[in-house]
Parts: sequence; C-alpha cells; structure tokens
Amino acid sequence: MKSVKKPKIAVWKFASCDGCQLSLLDCEDELLDVVGAVEIAYFLEASRATIKGPYNISLVEGSITTPHDAERIHRVRRVSKHLIAIGACATAGGIQALRNFADVEQFTRMVYPNPQYISTLNKSTPISDHIKVDFELRGCPINKYQLLEVINAFLNERQPLIPAYSVCMECKQAGTPCLMVSRGAACLGPVTQAGCGAICPAHQRGCFGCYGPKEAANPFALAEYFKGGGINDEKLVRLFRGFNAFADPFRQESERRQSPEPVRD
Amino acid sequence: METKNLETMTLNRTIRVKNLARVEGEGGLYVKVRDGEVANVQLKIFEPPRFFEAFLRGRHFSETPDITARICGICPIAYQMGAAQAMEDALGIVVDGSLRDLRRIIYCGEWIQSHVLHIFMLHAPDFLGYESAIHLANDYPEIVKDALALKKIGNEIMALIGGREVHPINLRVGGFYRIPPQEEFEKLQERLIWGRAKMADMTRLVSGFTFPELERDYEYVAMHHPDEYPLNEGRLISSKGLDIAISEFENHFTEIHEEHSNALHAVVKERDGYFVGPLARFNLNFDQLSDGAKALAEEINFLPPCNNPFRSILARCIETWYAFDEAIRLIENYSPPAQPYVPATVKAGRGYGCTEAPRGICWHSYSIDSEGLIQQARIVPPTSQNQRTIEKDLQQFVGRYLSLSDEDLTWQCEQAIRNYDPCISCATHFLTLEIERT
Repeated sequence: MKSVKKPKIAVWKFASCDGCQLSLLDCEDELLDVVGAVEIAYFLEASRATIKGPYNISLVEGSITTPHDAERIHRVRRVSKHLIAIGACATAGGIQALRNFADVEQFTRMVYPNPQYISTLNKSTPISDHIKVDFELRGCPINKYQLLEVINAFLNERQPLIPAYSVCMECKQAGTPCLMVSRGAACLGPVTQAGCGAICPAHQRGCFGCYGPKEAANPFALAEYFKGGGINDEKLVRLFRGFNAFADPFRQESERRQSPEPVRD
Repeated sequence: METKNLETMTLNRTIRVKNLARVEGEGGLYVKVRDGEVANVQLKIFEPPRFFEAFLRGRHFSETPDITARICGICPIAYQMGAAQAMEDALGIVVDGSLRDLRRIIYCGEWIQSHVLHIFMLHAPDFLGYESAIHLANDYPEIVKDALALKKIGNEIMALIGGREVHPINLRVGGFYRIPPQEEFEKLQERLIWGRAKMADMTRLVSGFTFPELERDYEYVAMHHPDEYPLNEGRLISSKGLDIAISEFENHFTEIHEEHSNALHAVVKERDGYFVGPLARFNLNFDQLSDGAKALAEEINFLPPCNNPFRSILARCIETWYAFDEAIRLIENYSPPAQPYVPATVKAGRGYGCTEAPRGICWHSYSIDSEGLIQQARIVPPTSQNQRTIEKDLQQFVGRYLSLSDEDLTWQCEQAIRNYDPCISCATHFLTLEIERT
C-alpha cells in the first residue's frame, strides 16, 4: 500500500489572548480525528516539536502591533500555501486596536514605568493589511465548528460555508424574541455577522459585535435608530469600539459620532 | 525549538530557547554560564504589549467584564470576576447567596478546563518524555482521551453558566444577565460525578511520575477564606506572615519593569519575588480543602508543606479533583436566585477585586467617576507575579545540571518553567529559551 503524506498545518500567534488557537484544543471530541487527518507541524501552544514548512494551511491568530511582527508575517506567508486569519485580532486588529484612536506613547507611559524598553507600532492592524490572506474567520472568539469547517474546506479545495448574514438571522432561527423590539435594548445584531449562535440576545443582552460587521452593514441607520431611543453619541462611540473597532464600517460610524454633527458619507 | 550549541559541556556556554512551547503566549529563555557558574537567567517576554489599563480609561464600568476577558482566552473568568467584583466594591453592592454560588461553580469550570489542559496537554509530556500530548496520544491514547473528556466537562460548566467556553457573555457587574436553566444542572451533575472519579484515577497516575529535585525557600502568596478553599474571595496571606485585605495590595507589593521583558515583575516590598498558583494555595489552604480532596492528597503522599515546584502538577491535580467535588456540592445545594443580578446605582468611587485565577492571584483596582466612567485601572495578572521566582528557580536548577547536553538541559529548563503554567498573554499586558555558555 502506498503511504499518503498528510497535509501540514501550522498555527501562528501574533498580538492576541490565545483564545482562538485554544478553540482548536477545545474541539475535545474532534481533536484526535483532526490530528489523524493532518500533521500538526507547527503549534507552539501544544507542542515543542516543529516541522519545517512549507505548510498546506497556516492559521494565524493575532494582530500586527510591533515592527518585528510586521516582518515576521511575511515569512509566515512565504511558507504557507493557504493562510487563514482567525479571530477579531487577525481580521480587524482586535481590542488592542483601541490604540488606533489614541496616542500610543501616552498609553505606554500609562502602563510601563520604563517606556523606552517597549517596542510597539502606533496601530494594531489586521493581517490582511500586510499580506494576502486566503480566508478570514471572524469572531472574538472564533466558533470552533466554523474553524473545523474552514480547515475541512481548504483540505478539500472547496469554498468554506461560513454565512455572511447578520446575527438577526440566528435569533430568528433560534426563536429568540428581538430585544430591540421587545425591550428597546441597544443590540448590534442587525450589523454584526452571524457565527456565535446569537447567544447574547438569548441571554437577555444586546449583541456587542464579537463577529464584526456583516456584509453590506449599515451602522449609520442603526445608530440613528438608537439615537431616537435616547442613546447619546458618547455611548454610540463606545458601542462600536469593541473587539472589531477598527473594522471599516464600525470605525467609520464611531468616528462620525465623535464629530459634532452626524453627516452621511 | 532552536538551541544554539556553542561549546557544549564547557565551563562557558550560552543556551537560548528562541520560542518556548507549551506555554500560553510568546516568550523565551536566555541562560549564560561563565566559569561553570550560572551568570545570568532571563525569562524573556516578548508577547506584544496590548495596553488594557490604558484603553480602559473612559470606558463604562459595565463594559469591564467583557473587555478584560480579552486579556486571556484560557482564563477569561478570572478577569471577568475580578473586574466585576472590583466594580461592585466601588458601587457598594454585595453579591451573595445563590448568585455567589453560581459564580463559584463557573470558576470551578474554568479551573477544570485550564488545569486539565496544563496537566495533561502541556506539562505531562515533559515527565513522560514526549514532545506534546499529540505525540503522547500515539502511545497512550487512553490518557489523552480521558484528559480531553475531563477538559470538556470544565468547558460545559463554562458554556452552561457563561453562554460559551471562551470569553463567556453571561457575566456582569452584579451577577448574570440570565439565570441558567435549572434542568441543565441535573445533566451536568451526572457528568461531574463521572469526572470526579476519573480525576482521582488520573491524579494517582500523575503521582507515579518522577519529579526532579529542586527546593527553595519560597514566599507563597494566596488568598485565604476561613470557610472555603480560595477561589473568588478572601484575604491575602503569605508563608512569611503577610495577612492583608485585598485593598492593601499596593502597600505591600510592587512591580519592577526589566528591560528583557514586556511583563512587569512583581515583588513583595522589602523582600523579593514570591510564588502564586496551585502550590501556593495548596500549602496555605490545605485545611480548607474538602475531606475527599485531603484524603486523595494523603493517599498519594502529597502533603504540605511541599517546596518542590516540580510537584506543583500534583497540587494542580488535587485542585482539579476539588473543583469537581466543589461544583457537585454547590449544585446539590443550589436553588435559583430570585433575580439574575443585584442592581447598582452609579456613583464615583474606587474598588478592588482579587480572585484565584488557575495560575494564581489576579488583582484589579479601578476608579470610576459619577457617570460610571473609568478614571484609572490597574490589573496585576498571576504570571508576572511568578516571573522572578521562575528565573531564580532556573538559576539554582541549571547550576546543578550543567553536565547535561544543551538539548537535554534546554528541555529540563522548559519543564521547570512549565511548573508555573505561565500564561504569557496575561503577563503582557510573556517566552523563547536562550542558554549562553560563553
């Protein structure tokens, strides 16, 4: 019998909380099947053994925040056939992109007594700002079943089945009553991509945008609706400045709400 | 793993581990040996800084559990709980009764998933001579399958009470957004009872490992509560006589910023580095463990005081067993709270929160204004508190094993670092090994 070479998978980390790569280890029922089908060639969180590239699939977690990482991501691209950005940090800059709206030198002085030891960029940016990315899997954190779907799709050379519609669709599918309609709650569901299973509305709280802007989102209209319900601009800015604050539609809306008069582009 | 072998087995050498594996986050180790003596040990933390304390300023107090969770994907509950309790302290509200029990149950879930991940997936391979749990699974699939099953139960608790495993969404200042459905606890209880029995077997298995010798005179620091093993509440005590309220933390502890690290090193003022985490808690709070947990510790002949950090994996096992036991006890006595949360009226103030994260004490303090907006935030995670202790352990440990090849010495150093289950992502708000033998 001819032995078939297993495809090699690598997991890379940039600025992040480790939660998205943990999602792979959280596939408790599927993990041993996954490692049976692929070779985990580089995954420092799980193994000290590393196998040289090139890799069939690279999963990249985290955002680019240091000059060193801005170079390292190019090396990762060069050794990867398919490169998939996983999670809000890698696809939108993450919560640490809140620095993009502030003065980083001041931030460094606030946190570190010796700021001269710290090497950091002014902005936290998504992977796609630096290299070509083959697929972006959203979420803070990612959904582990979506991760398995994306890995499966790339191994089989097909498109991943990851819906780009809104969290509202998941609420309807789950039969969760609309919080905006029934309780007047501020909910980012209408402008946020599905994937979490609409867990927040099911827990009696508005969506806070973990999966980032949905396809063709209209945050301006939603913000105006909230404003009519008595939510002021200051609160609206905070609402859009979460884990996907630097994703274009959310960034534009929060910046618009910071200016004196809301003007449509 | 890359090691730079300059002049192996000579009096002068340098060993570097560029990227430490099986730790959470990015770090390295650098060891310099000169004239047969360890001249310098640096645990390098180059996980990029993320500035949480800076961008929390101006955010609303109610947002802190969701934002601070993102410091760490492995122990989000520790951050959510510390932040929520600090805000409750500032606002003058008390969360007790079954709401407090629910918080303790979900924290048991976090301890189970985090401890099992570290014991079997990250640390056990060192003791058994495997590169990873994936390699271990080739020879001992049952161990890895059982470990995954145990870890899953921890995650099920997180998902039931918190809404999902990583970055739960159901925790808030004052309690929860929604009370979890009662019938789900019954299903969970059966799984917990299976997990508790399986964890006892797994603890016996780990107690058969060979533990390298290393003992130092540590100052252990942990929380202490008269009636329970510390998780979410208590005073801060140490093995060298410290006994303070959490609000007094800054009077007794300080952080030093070293050039080689993006994490701040914490020390006890006027003394030195200290030791937090499972071994510290076990040594300081053995009496607070349940009878079953004490009996299991006695059965494997693991009793306090234990000053060998390589045995911290046993403390982690006992604590995991305890977390199953405690969750079972709490669920047996649980009745749903009347309200999902205790409401608060916004007022200006300062509050403190400290809980026992899986890796040790995690301390928070916030000032908020009359609008509820954060004026100042300070978070001290467990790994930055252990960093100095890890370096000192290595200094003593490496000196004794200089006859080993660079490759073997490097692996031994990695194992010594993993005694602390370092979470580098947390510490940077941490590793690559470099051993220099010039």
